[in-house]
Amino acid sequence: MLQMVVVSRLPLVHGTADLVLLALISWALQERARSAWAWAILAGVFVSFISALPFYMPVVIYVLVTAMARLLQRRVWQTPILALLVAVFVGTLIEHGLSLVTLNVLGAGIPWQEGFGLVTVPSLLLNLAMALPIYTVIVDLSRSVYPEAEE
Amino acid sequence: MNSSTPRIWQTAVIVVLVAGIIALALSGFLSPALRTVLNPLIRVQSWISTRYMAVYEFLTVPRDITSLRNENAELKDQVSQLQSQNLQLQQQIREAEVLYALLDFARTSPENEYTAAAVIGLDTNPFLRYVIIDKGSDDGLRHGMPVVTEQGLVGRVDAVTAGAARVQLITDPSSRINIRLQSTQTKAMLTGSLVGDVNIEMIPQETDLQIGEVVLTSGLGGNYPADILVGKVISVQSRPNELFQTASIQPAVDFSTLRAVLVITNFQPVDIGPLTPATVP
Repeated sequence: MLQMVVVSRLPLVHGTADLVLLALISWALQERARSAWAWAILAGVFVSFISALPFYMPVVIYVLVTAMARLLQRRVWQTPILALLVAVFVGTLIEHGLSLVTLNVLGAGIPWQEGFGLVTVPSLLLNLAMALPIYTVIVDLSRSVYPEAEE
Repeated sequence: MNSSTPRIWQTAVIVVLVAGIIALALSGFLSPALRTVLNPLIRVQSWISTRYMAVYEFLTVPRDITSLRNENAELKDQVSQLQSQNLQLQQQIREAEVLYALLDFARTSPENEYTAAAVIGLDTNPFLRYVIIDKGSDDGLRHGMPVVTEQGLVGRVDAVTAGAARVQLITDPSSRINIRLQSTQTKAMLTGSLVGDVNIEMIPQETDLQIGEVVLTSGLGGNYPADILVGKVISVQSRPNELFQTASIQPAVDFSTLRAVLVITNFQPVDIGPLTPATVP
């Protein structure tokens, strides 16, 4: 809801941040978070109801991004901030790349260069700028959900 | 007789004296004497009053500060409540103004049936230009119904749930609308774009296209009713070696401040898909 009402109305050039994507990546990077896959599917289904993308695309995008974040969490676990930034960067590219491909296949006729320059790059900047605050909130949330992780 | 005579004189003297004093007082001749007599009394009275008030304030001020603080806190609460109410009322006034404008527009086209809806969200994908409205199939909305405001065409209903609907704006990159130019009656195709601009394509070269030309829906294709205002031409791109001209349009609707819309519920879009010839491989 925050994404629909607030974040989508605050564009940089023509790009907007994706709070759902950031929250999913931040949650998937938590070592003890076991429900990341379920949240990815749930978020995809909810976004499918709202977005005009084909209903399967948000699910595919969020599951792929979660898989990538889980992979990074296992490989780059000692530097979670680096893993976060890499995951947000790659995740945004995955999301926008798949969206562009899907929309163009369906006949929207969006120029690739224009889409990348006017939407993807500003969205990348916004996502990277908002990644740390969202990550901090999610870390606190995961500690309250899994208190044994403190020990 | 002897005893009553002095009494009469006494009374007469007293009356004359009193009358004289009153006359002197009224004429102001007694003021210096009165001042001399009263000033010491007034000073004494002032001295007593000042000391009394000082003692009284000394004894009562702490209680007053407490009560003033309480009163101040209550007043601050009231002020914040009133400010909140004021904001709510201003919001309601703005909404009412929008609704009145929509109502006025609806009255100008009595042949159409309208359902008013509030815009409650935007599509989360930045490549798309869709809005979510708070009316759905329970309110009679169906796929394909045109959406307008008092300013002009907004788009059409793309998907419907029981209590909400998604509207594709005319600025969406995949939006295609058949339009006509008001003065020349030339038919053309209006397309959205990624950056929210609206362009007209496929205008024949021989058309004399002027800046400021009014653009209306043509009704062709069966997706929109005819003669809904879309916008005005703001620039023309014409190259002699191309078959068609193109033009940029300033939409009549300000999509950045879109808050309420009207859905035309008695318009049934026509699906002409089966009538279009299939491409033979």
